Amino acid sequence: MFAFILRRLIQAVGVMLTVALLAFILFQYVGDPVMIMLGQEGTPAEREQLRQSLGLNDPVVVQFYHFLTNAIQGDFGLSLRQGQKVSLLLRERLPATLELSIAAALIALVVGVPLGVYTALKRHGKLSQALLAFSLFGVSLPTFLIGILLILIFSVQLGWLPSYGRGDTVRLGWWSTGLLTASGWHHLILPAVTLSLFQVALVMRLVRSEMLEVLRADYIKFARARGLTKRAIHFGHALKNTLVPVITIMGLQLGGIIAFAIVTETVFQWPGMGLLFIQAVQFADIPVMAAYLCLISLIFVVINLTVDLLYFVVDPRLRVGLGKSGGGH
Amino acid sequence: MRRSLIAVALTAAFLFPVVGSAKTFKWASQGDILTLDPHSQNEGLNIAANLWVYDPLLAYNEKFDVVPSLAVSWEQVNPSLWRFKLRPNVKFHDGSAFTADDVVFSIKRAMAPSSQFKSYVAGISDAKAIDPLTVEISTAGPNPVLLRQLPSLGIMSKAWAEKNNAMLPQDFNKKEESYAARHAMGTGPYMLKTREVDIKTIYAENPNWWGKPTKKGNVTEIIYTPIKQNATRTAALLSGEIDFVLDPPAQDLDRLRKQVKVLDGNENRTIYFAMDVKSPELKYSNIKGKNPMQDVRVREALYRSIDIEAIKKSVMRGMSLPTGAMISPQVHGYSDAMGKRVPYDVEKAKALLKEAGYENNLEFTLDCPNNRYINDEAICQAVVAMWARAGMKVKLNTMPRATFFPKIANGDFSVYLFGWGVPTFDAYYTLESLIRSKGTGAAGAFNYGGYSNPKVDALIDAVKTEVDDAKRTAMIREAFAIHAKEFGTIPLHDQVIPWAMKKNIEITHQPNNRPVVERIIIK
Repeated sequence: MFAFILRRLIQAVGVMLTVALLAFILFQYVGDPVMIMLGQEGTPAEREQLRQSLGLNDPVVVQFYHFLTNAIQGDFGLSLRQGQKVSLLLRERLPATLELSIAAALIALVVGVPLGVYTALKRHGKLSQALLAFSLFGVSLPTFLIGILLILIFSVQLGWLPSYGRGDTVRLGWWSTGLLTASGWHHLILPAVTLSLFQVALVMRLVRSEMLEVLRADYIKFARARGLTKRAIHFGHALKNTLVPVITIMGLQLGGIIAFAIVTETVFQWPGMGLLFIQAVQFADIPVMAAYLCLISLIFVVINLTVDLLYFVVDPRLRVGLGKSGGGH
Repeated sequence: MRRSLIAVALTAAFLFPVVGSAKTFKWASQGDILTLDPHSQNEGLNIAANLWVYDPLLAYNEKFDVVPSLAVSWEQVNPSLWRFKLRPNVKFHDGSAFTADDVVFSIKRAMAPSSQFKSYVAGISDAKAIDPLTVEISTAGPNPVLLRQLPSLGIMSKAWAEKNNAMLPQDFNKKEESYAARHAMGTGPYMLKTREVDIKTIYAENPNWWGKPTKKGNVTEIIYTPIKQNATRTAALLSGEIDFVLDPPAQDLDRLRKQVKVLDGNENRTIYFAMDVKSPELKYSNIKGKNPMQDVRVREALYRSIDIEAIKKSVMRGMSLPTGAMISPQVHGYSDAMGKRVPYDVEKAKALLKEAGYENNLEFTLDCPNNRYINDEAICQAVVAMWARAGMKVKLNTMPRATFFPKIANGDFSVYLFGWGVPTFDAYYTLESLIRSKGTGAAGAFNYGGYSNPKVDALIDAVKTEVDDAKRTAMIREAFAIHAKEFGTIPLHDQVIPWAMKKNIEITHQPNNRPVVERIIIK
């Protein structure tokens, strides 16, 4: 068990290092931050001086080494654009992204699961066919298009919901939340729906196919034979067994939601980490980009690691396999 | 008695409806204000926003004449010494008194090594407080542009900076955040209320502002929100969530014109082509062993084969002001004569090329940014087609600004598209950087093409120190005239930058793209 965890951790660190290195190499081609910082009216001498003071003249390897040693201590340096600590900037933006992502994940579950069950039970119903067709849109329409369509309808035409921003927020320590104000909820609706649409479609299709699978299983037939009510069979037995893979997938998807919130955040000017990243790219703000990518890969790694460990706890077969082969699977 | 009081109050309320009514001005543009430190980022929006909080010594009026702000009068004691009398009884937002020490401190702060505001204190060698309301600024040699540098330089409180350890502008060496980057305290018309980076920044009116009695506008609160996505920004304006958009997207202008209001004006920025006239052999060309761009006939042919009205109509959708000058009309030194373009004439261009020996056989590459100026890439595409009509085969090479500028700065080009703005609103800025031969400091710093004419250089150097305005203007115009006659560069147009707003907003368009909120009227 310990060896398993240790090996997983080492792999995780390896992934993180690779991401950091790749990110760092990529950033060499983003452009010249100094040119943007000083504007085109800056003199060559000023540029050289700033470049020197930012350490941009060092070889890439040296820059990467400095970056790594500092990053391990949680210090990602100063944002070139804002002159503020990157760790602080990310901490400020984290709540917005997390609230949005979790809201989207909840919508995906609350809407997706019942729809999935419905379409599985009423396989040939007209509504089911319509829902499945709709889910195709959900999967295939790009997020920014959905966002802009929603803004067009609900903000510009109907005037019901705000088109941008997070509304009023309340600070709880360093965490700023929009969930305690009416305006915060108001502002959350459109971006959360936009971000969740793909997930709703995914969950619905997943639940549907799992349900169809489970409904064919022997124990369901036995349950029917025993004369249990339809409700007890569908929700007590079938759905329960469907949910294990659904929750796993949703857990893994959460990392994806957080990462892909970039697009939604840009469309709705949602002040999360994704927006910070996009602005950093335009400015060639290397410290922010590097820190963001490291953080996102950390989130992915942690979620995957947790899921792995949970599997280890839940699934006895893994433990047995481990005992026999002396580890690894 | 009481009734008459009420009547008076009612009349007063009727006559001065502005008094006491809160007018919030909500606006947006693509990016956020970068820093609240007034000497830290030389960028248009940033300077505009910081000038609401920090008054400068001198300001521009709507015609871009220099007018008093924190300084009420000034005189030139000798060619390199200016004396400024300061406005008495001015208070900072925290109630402390404004004195000459604050002015001296601010100027020196902007001169610090970590400052990115050095171009606004260029030529200043020292600043001294003579008494609490008198400041003397000495310059290294005569500097006729000094008065036009100061309107961008906000004055900070020395005591406040000392207290908060913000004596120097943001320094990236120090690895720590500067207090002044997120806090602001000046003497200006608006006071910083809250600052949430990239979310919103709120300013409240300063009730004790010295200029309040003569203030034109009625805005009592400013809420600035950056909205990055073009469509969202337009939507926010159309749905009435914001009052004003500084940079409405080009594709939405027709709709915005119909549903809200769009104000057009030229930007103080001239778009032009520059040619490599320095290299003995043109780098990206089929012609070997010589540089055709050194032949003035070739440059004239390039100029004459550009149909600028077609570019205005189909590329810029009418949003450009074609010009023959390298500066825009608001810049000191401009004349209508220099704005007149050499006529478009393809036949003449062909004849010139034939005469120079390049009939249908000249090939070269045009470098062009694709995200810096309005429709930059499309302009280049159109011009390449026009040059083809005159018998030249031009390869277009477009790239994002972050790679374009270093490439051009390295001299790695044959012909390129560029844009140049003049923050001082004085022609010397353009002459020195773009037209003068390479020298020390800013001289020729952006003259990448290498145009050089000793006579023009002499004129430019004389302009630098000449304090007699009439003589100086004459020399500016002569230098531009020689340069234009030799087709040193090919000016195209001044960009038009539309501002979009609700119908009840009254604002004056500013060619430096900086909205002056204390002049905005919300009806």
